[in-house]
Amino acid sequence: MCLGIPGQLVEIVDENEHRGIADVDGVRREINIGLVMGEAGGINVGDWVLIHVGFAMSRIDEEEAQKTLDFLKLMGSVYDDELDQLRMDTPL
Amino acid sequence: MKFVDEYRDPAAARVAIDQIEALAGDRHLKFMEVCGGHTHTIYKHGIENVLPESVELVHGPGCPVCVIPMGRVDDAIAVAEEPGVIFTSFGDMMRVPGGHGNLLEAKARGADVRMVYSPLDALRIAEVNPDKQVVFFAVGFETTAPSTAVTLLKARERDVTNFSVFCNHVTIVPPLKAILESPDLRLDGFLGPGHVSTVIGNRPYRFVPGVYGKPLVTAGFEPLDILQAIVMLLRQINEGRCEVENQYTRAVVDQGNPRALAILGQVFELRPHFEWRGLGFISQSALKLRDDFAAFDAELRFQVPGVRVADPKACQCGEVLKGVIKPWECKVFGTACTPETPIGTCMVSSEGACAAYYNYGRFTRSTTIPVRAAEPVG
Amino acid sequence: MAPEPAPDREEHHAPSREEVVLERIEAFRRRRPKLKDDFINSAHGAGGKASAALIDAVFVEAFRNDTLEAMTDGAVVALPSGDRVAFSTDGFVVKPLRFPGGSIGHLAIHGTVNDLAMMGAVPKWISAAFVIEDGFPIAELHQIVADMREAAVHAGVEVVTGDTKVVNKGAADGVYITTAGMGTVPAGVELSASKVEPGDKVLVSGKIGDHGVAVMIARGDLALEADIPSDTAPLNELVEKLLAAAPNTRFLRDPTRGGVATVCNELARASEVAVVLQESALPIRGIVNGACEILGIDPLYVANEGKLVAVVPADEADSALAAMRAHPFGADAAVIGEIRDEPPGIVILNTGFGGNRIVDMLVGDPLPRIC
Repeated sequence: MCLGIPGQLVEIVDENEHRGIADVDGVRREINIGLVMGEAGGINVGDWVLIHVGFAMSRIDEEEAQKTLDFLKLMGSVYDDELDQLRMDTPL
Repeated sequence: MKFVDEYRDPAAARVAIDQIEALAGDRHLKFMEVCGGHTHTIYKHGIENVLPESVELVHGPGCPVCVIPMGRVDDAIAVAEEPGVIFTSFGDMMRVPGGHGNLLEAKARGADVRMVYSPLDALRIAEVNPDKQVVFFAVGFETTAPSTAVTLLKARERDVTNFSVFCNHVTIVPPLKAILESPDLRLDGFLGPGHVSTVIGNRPYRFVPGVYGKPLVTAGFEPLDILQAIVMLLRQINEGRCEVENQYTRAVVDQGNPRALAILGQVFELRPHFEWRGLGFISQSALKLRDDFAAFDAELRFQVPGVRVADPKACQCGEVLKGVIKPWECKVFGTACTPETPIGTCMVSSEGACAAYYNYGRFTRSTTIPVRAAEPVG
Repeated sequence: MAPEPAPDREEHHAPSREEVVLERIEAFRRRRPKLKDDFINSAHGAGGKASAALIDAVFVEAFRNDTLEAMTDGAVVALPSGDRVAFSTDGFVVKPLRFPGGSIGHLAIHGTVNDLAMMGAVPKWISAAFVIEDGFPIAELHQIVADMREAAVHAGVEVVTGDTKVVNKGAADGVYITTAGMGTVPAGVELSASKVEPGDKVLVSGKIGDHGVAVMIARGDLALEADIPSDTAPLNELVEKLLAAAPNTRFLRDPTRGGVATVCNELARASEVAVVLQESALPIRGIVNGACEILGIDPLYVANEGKLVAVVPADEADSALAAMRAHPFGADAAVIGEIRDEPPGIVILNTGFGGNRIVDMLVGDPLPRIC
């Protein structure tokens, strides 16, 4: 229901006004970072955030992101041979 | 694109699909994705036609654009057509029809209707046009409501007196409950709305397994997220578990976003009841501005007609939303009700179950139209 | 190609209700849309369903003739001598007038040059009519006209006639330009949707979506910043090289308003074929993709001003591709799909993820969405 785009915080313009700049694949936009400033460790330049209507809604946890991918890989480990075959068949 | 591309890998998808097939066995299971964003992903990537027949996805009520009743759209148009008003809206609402046309048509008739990307953009328009009344058409679930709340706090702080909000924010749990209460419900589990959950967390869903005995897995919005969430639902069922799980751990934590929740509580309160297109009146399912913010409430600042436009009788959106019938089983689907002339909520936005089915089509496993997926060209 | 009778579906199983409904939708989708509106709105100018409906109901209805009803970017007419000329016209309204990579001046020349080139013609002469708002700075007009001159020299065409009108302040948005162009069609060149056959390959001459995204960002109201220049460019030379390398090229069209998706839909309907696109083969700049993700729009529907879609026979696809890639305006050319016979009138996208979906005509302008 709600478009959320991952972007990287590349600049904090004004900490008091909660203004930051996010980069999405080279596209930059000012975003409001007030809603994620309360997170443990605060919010820092270089962090990835989920952007919705110009607001950072949550910080993206890179470790958790990797775990999700690992889950998928683990699921596939028994299918390795099949997977190799598929990679050859499927134009990527 | 980081955090996007890696979740669209076709080889990994194949593995997940094999898992789903093995876990589902020869049962026929129906899972509802609550969120319109999931519906969009499912159609955009053609997920339905790679899933085994044993798993069916039912498209839920989580499209905030579709659920706005027609009378509210008419109210918005009435405000937009007041002299001296600049009416601002997300692009999504521009084509949604009320009883008397949509905002694009109001714009064509001369109303100053502008599209904004963020409610803060609407506030900025108010600040640079002090001689105009600037109204923001606020729609959306708990994901979007905090941004409206922050904007209202800023408007008050900066004393922007020519800014107001026509509030149509809704909450996700009451419609979910309404669906679960339905006696003809035929669902085996839910994919929980990932982006709403960044704000409200996973705890509000505990009644789904607790009271209604259905598993729920909060899911992300890339194709592999959805497939993994289906795997997690199937594992729960096969292992005899029934709980709330979180697939979208990279963005959602159990307690949600306390800061956003606090701001929501500061600015909004629950309406006693709100009408949902297709689902009827649901109590305590929408937000209104608290009295402290009455000065910014467009419903108090302007005369809104407030006329109720009943859902057309022929429309079976309610049954589609509950998973009782599929879009194509509705009597008016594809005849009287099309994306150009939608009758019901499910056809209104491209995220609606019927519009998605209509637009993106579906070459089902059973049809004879030969489409060879992923065949190399060139 | 004579339309083939619908091939027999498997006779032994009666179609399910779902199939019946799907079939009805597909039939409806193949029909030209009908005009139902009482007033013009922005969707009528967006190149999608609403535009098609308006053109059918108002213009084709009034002017009906064989040349017009071909519904191509330009008309090819025969002179008494037997020589053929291509003739095309286009109006230019863009906000802002100047954007990264070009201006309304470049567009006004390139647009008409490209429409002629898509007919296989060699563009020669251009006319230009200006509607200018009272109070418009002459220095800015000078600049725009200098851009037109630059574009005309580059494309090898001459602006040979013109007209100027001034309207009251507020009656136009700065300046509107209408150009028309003529060009000669070399003997033997015959491009038409009706020549397209199952098995043909679909090519695009480069990265898609640049112009639409560049202009959307340059407008400034979305507060996005990105280094995306418009792709505005004259394609006549590219077409010449392409036709030399692939002489049996069937069809050319520049995917301007409505993007590649709209061109493919128009082709599928006109030739009663299916166009099957391969998502993973679509050339799209990362940054353009990023902007589209933020705005929730599909790059397949975004406008281009210096790209073409070509349909060529399979055995000429390699040489067509090589010829385009050898030209600066075709360096990123790619084979993006192919023509099939079933289901006719429909565009299908095989998604990178392994599924597939229908790519329909756009209803109106692509609007940024939040959900």
